Amino acid sequence: MARAGCRVSRPHLDPRLVALVAVGGMVGTTARFLLSTSLPHTEGAWPTATFLENLVGAFLLGLLLETLVRRGAESPRGRSVRLGLGTGALGGFTTYSSLALELERLLTDGAFVIAAAYATATVVLGLAACFAGVTLAARRAGADHPTSPAPGAGPTVDGPGAVR
Amino acid sequence: MTLLLVALLGGLGAATRFVLDGLVRGRWTHVFPVATTAINVSGSALIGLLTGGLLFHDLDPTVYLVLAVGFCGGYTTFSTAMVETVRLLQTGERRRAVANLLVSLLASLAAAAAGVAALWLMA
Repeated sequence: MARAGCRVSRPHLDPRLVALVAVGGMVGTTARFLLSTSLPHTEGAWPTATFLENLVGAFLLGLLLETLVRRGAESPRGRSVRLGLGTGALGGFTTYSSLALELERLLTDGAFVIAAAYATATVVLGLAACFAGVTLAARRAGADHPTSPAPGAGPTVDGPGAVR
Repeated sequence: MTLLLVALLGGLGAATRFVLDGLVRGRWTHVFPVATTAINVSGSALIGLLTGGLLFHDLDPTVYLVLAVGFCGGYTTFSTAMVETVRLLQTGERRRAVANLLVSLLASLAAAAAGVAALWLMA
């Protein structure tokens, strides 16, 4: 394969970008670990720490990615922010494995109602939180760049619901 | 010390996710977020195995903490799964969005349970 083209088309094979994600992941994991240890989890009870981490992380990632998408074509700096803060820090701050394990433990303990409520609340509120983040970013971008183009604003008006 | 190891393994987990995600996306271009689902399911299987090791095979609690909270936590991600679901909804892929939520949740739960059960059976 063409070595020169690697960095542009395959960011996941660029050692510097992988390192950037790793550093972000360290930060996110540290924050999650500190929050989890400050909110101790008792067996058979609602896993408050994971619940909060996942909702907050889903909101922030929605906010971050929509803000970046609304800026138009991705700059190298925008990509670094997306990979370091988004893929690394927020990806590392949230966790699916703990969610799955907590559900398994609750079911094993016979706490079926808490398990069902926890699973439903995480998914429904996680989706709502993410939507809220995306909507907030879209509104803020809309306020900065009104869709009715201002004189001299140029042709680059982002379409609504821009998808990566 | 434990905090540092958890952080390092969390960074390694996130980097592994980034590389695997890119490799999977390079092979399959599909509307359904296959990569994130595969990552979350495999990470859930791993945390299940680790928990089974802790419960039934005297796995060292610090090793457990570092690998489960650090690596598995950094490797799997809830936030990306939510953003991908929002993107599916925004493009009108309502059924795929619901399927993504349900498949991710149920398959990850099944994987974690299978991991615990495997090491319970071997005890």
